[in-house]
Amino acid sequence: MNYWRVPLDAEVIPLTRGQVHVVEDRCKGCGYCIAYCPKKVLAPSEHYNKKGYHPPLVAKPADCVNCHYCESICPEFAIFSVEIPCSPDADRKDAA
Amino acid sequence: MAQTAKKQDQTTGGFEHHPLDDLLRTDRIPHIWCPGCGIGPTFSATLRGILASGVDLGSTVMVSGIGCSGRAAGYVKLDSYHTTHGRAIPFATGMKLANPKLNVVVFSGDGDLFAIGGNHFIHAARRNMDLTVICVNNLNYGMTGGQAAATTPHMAKTTTTPKGNPERPFNLPLLAFAAGATFVARWTVLHGRDLMESVQAAMTRRGFSFIEVLAPCPINYGRRNKELPLVTLRNYQVNTIIKNEASPAELAASGSGPIVLGRFVDENRESFLSQYDKTYRPQLAPAGKE
Repeated sequence: MNYWRVPLDAEVIPLTRGQVHVVEDRCKGCGYCIAYCPKKVLAPSEHYNKKGYHPPLVAKPADCVNCHYCESICPEFAIFSVEIPCSPDADRKDAA
Repeated sequence: MAQTAKKQDQTTGGFEHHPLDDLLRTDRIPHIWCPGCGIGPTFSATLRGILASGVDLGSTVMVSGIGCSGRAAGYVKLDSYHTTHGRAIPFATGMKLANPKLNVVVFSGDGDLFAIGGNHFIHAARRNMDLTVICVNNLNYGMTGGQAAATTPHMAKTTTTPKGNPERPFNLPLLAFAAGATFVARWTVLHGRDLMESVQAAMTRRGFSFIEVLAPCPINYGRRNKELPLVTLRNYQVNTIIKNEASPAELAASGSGPIVLGRFVDENRESFLSQYDKTYRPQLAPAGKE
């Protein structure tokens, strides 16, 4: 993550991880989630849903930090993220 | 093969469902709102706010008037009422007075609440009726084809003002404050979390709470003003400042300066019902409460 100033405990605090789920047939392809994902996890896709819109593609699923912004901006109730429980030591580079 | 696996991975696969599905009549989703409409995010923030406030959902009621946002009452899995044009607030008032235990949310648009229903709005605010009013302000009459409304900015183009709107729009937070609302906030659809917190605060307090939400209307307003939906959102991001407790007089949404967002008014004043009980039904009024 790019910090303007790196917090002193950035090494010790684990980032939350999320898994993005797209309910594809609800999507109307407005692109808000793609434009506003702070981690650029989502990308436009080529395939169509059953209404003929292009739902977002989860291009970088590993980057999701479970901020729920896509869920908040989506006008269609079509996208949400679920926290992936991570082991407390998974992100710690040097456990004190 | 790989593509199918990928596709299955990102659909819900039937075992996970959207966190708001419990509050939605999912058989009616996808809803009728256009792609990029701002009612969806407002509606979802409202539902999240209602959930977060912890009110009893069995005694929570949503009332809407007519218009695109009026459809919200049809999508929520609570007791909900789609009332006649402009009459969401009187309907909600009647319901609240008949059964004071209800938590009543009015979810409607700017045309419904401030043009045809303007009179009802100011009087409910004056009485400090215990309601939560959420106004989706998309700056025009969206459902009927994009006519100029009471909130259309000066010189904006609509179907009925092809050369620009000669009128001056309402400053909704100022109107609500002047009429006597005891909680006034304004957010945009981009500020989902702040909006949710305001809805939560409004649900848990007593008195008339008014929340204005600036929402894009890409098809009927944006298209005629050469504003793509993402440009409108960009405006909300760049051209706004958050100033809690700002004076409502400086909140005109269409001036030259940035649009001021925030929670402007939050004061305690006795609600209509408790004053009525004190005056006319003293045996019912809880002593020394509120």
